[in-house]
Amino acid sequence: MASTASNIALRATGLHKHFGGLRAVADVSIDVHVGEIHAVIGPNGAGKSTLINLLSGELFANDGAIMLDAADVTRLPPDRRARHGLGRAYQKTTIFPRFTVHENVRLAAQARSPAPLRMFGSVRSDTNVHDLTAQAIARVGLTAQTQIVASDLSHGEQRQLEIAMVLATDPRIILLDEPLAGMGQAEARGIIDLISSLKVGRAVLLVEHDMDAVFELADRLTVMHDGCVIASGSPREVRTHPAVRSAYLGDHGDAS
Amino acid sequence: MRGWLIPVVLLAAAIALPFVVPTYYVQFVSKAFIMGILAMALNLAVGHGGLVSLCHAAFFGLAGYVLALLSPGYDPASLLLTLPAAMLAAAAVALIIGALALRTRGVYFIMVTLAFGEMLFFLFHDTGIAGGSDGAYVNAKPEIAIAGHQLLDLASPMAFYFVVLFFLIATIAVLTMLVRSPFGHALAAARDNERRARSLGFPIYRIRLIAFVISGAIAGLAGYFAAAQFGFVAPQMLGWHLSATVLVMVLIGGLRSVTGPLIGALVLIVLEEVLKASTDYWKLIEGLIIIVIVLALPGGVRQLWPMIVGARADGPSPRQAAPPVAESRHG
Repeated sequence: MASTASNIALRATGLHKHFGGLRAVADVSIDVHVGEIHAVIGPNGAGKSTLINLLSGELFANDGAIMLDAADVTRLPPDRRARHGLGRAYQKTTIFPRFTVHENVRLAAQARSPAPLRMFGSVRSDTNVHDLTAQAIARVGLTAQTQIVASDLSHGEQRQLEIAMVLATDPRIILLDEPLAGMGQAEARGIIDLISSLKVGRAVLLVEHDMDAVFELADRLTVMHDGCVIASGSPREVRTHPAVRSAYLGDHGDAS
Repeated sequence: MRGWLIPVVLLAAAIALPFVVPTYYVQFVSKAFIMGILAMALNLAVGHGGLVSLCHAAFFGLAGYVLALLSPGYDPASLLLTLPAAMLAAAAVALIIGALALRTRGVYFIMVTLAFGEMLFFLFHDTGIAGGSDGAYVNAKPEIAIAGHQLLDLASPMAFYFVVLFFLIATIAVLTMLVRSPFGHALAAARDNERRARSLGFPIYRIRLIAFVISGAIAGLAGYFAAAQFGFVAPQMLGWHLSATVLVMVLIGGLRSVTGPLIGALVLIVLEEVLKASTDYWKLIEGLIIIVIVLALPGGVRQLWPMIVGARADGPSPRQAAPPVAESRHG
């Protein structure tokens, strides 16, 4: 797990966020490396979702800095961060429900194309966008469903679609917020395999409650509690960390 | 092939119309087409952008006032100068109103646009600009002339009709191109799920502002010809009452297509004409009919068409009617 500064795709340092008097995130620093899945765990209210929103730009930090590769994106809005190579999937599935699977993914590919807001010519005419779309759909295994309207997909398929949309923007770093939430065993298996394949050539930050999935997927773990990082390291280091055992993992760490 | 047949037949009918009906009806259809242009312009914001604007009458009226103010006394103004000036003025005001109003969402957007529209209404109503509350005359209709030779004189109802028909078709062409382009799809994506569209990398604010300005400029095109036709402008042209009427046209015609609002405008204007001639209580009856249409056909009167012939509508993903206000599904 040797890592140099050059393959750090996302680096956040000293992030603070409070809502009025409520401290949501306090002095959080995190590095996400290319080729790795970095999982953030912690009990409800630990600040994981706030952290993801700070990283994606939906919230601005009160203090601290966020770098995407060499670019300082601390003050950039979400669309500008996306153009810097950041993609995200939401906890609640967030797609365009009235568009077909193909149209959903094509919009994502279009967003990353050189002329995303061209005012003439059909959306179908860009072969580059078309190829990216087809690749991303094939990657998540939705090729048979391309012409189905997104709202008619099953919950698991909608999550697959969301990941296809993230892939179609060709991101260097992917933020996944509880991708397994509300999913059955069989559906979850497919998504876990998909997530583990995402890290090739990319950095993945994963927030997830399913501990079995986290320990299967994560190359690096950060544990949050009350808005602070209480431990960070390899899954083995974190599992045996005394503060973690008392604060969060409980008996789960012994059992597995 | 049938997809081409219907527009071609309608176009042929529109071209033949002034040769077979009395002048009154040529002027009546011109007026309906002008309102159709205004309704289609509004629908770029409302239907495709999810931005319910109540200030489009202000863009419409402002362009009319630009023609009135630029018309030299009793001589005709030059169409090639005054039309671009009127559209530019409408676009500039749409840029200012849009830049501020688009910082709000949903019902607040509606209220901010309403407030700006009323400000423009009172600007022309309460100050001495162009006659204040009395309005102002456009004494001579615009013309196209080169070196003193008059090429086109809008004083002829027939010429006026064909110029309006030309701009109606141009509006349909421009809006159809926009809606089918990557820009149009990004606009619709922002309407359906603003958060997702932004996290994919679409600059939502800029996309909406561009659409709002184009919408305002085309509303100005309609207002210019309305002022030219009536030969008169009054502050009522800018008022919220007209904005709301045009919104009704959009809802009657359906939000999910380019030409739906044109049909909505024709239906509403013909309905008014027929009811006015037959009863003193026409406003009551009109209201009832509108309520029935909106309740029975939430996708607009165009919904009747597939029921008759089994054809499909145009535009991206016109699959189901949905509330037009942005952010209706996702928090």
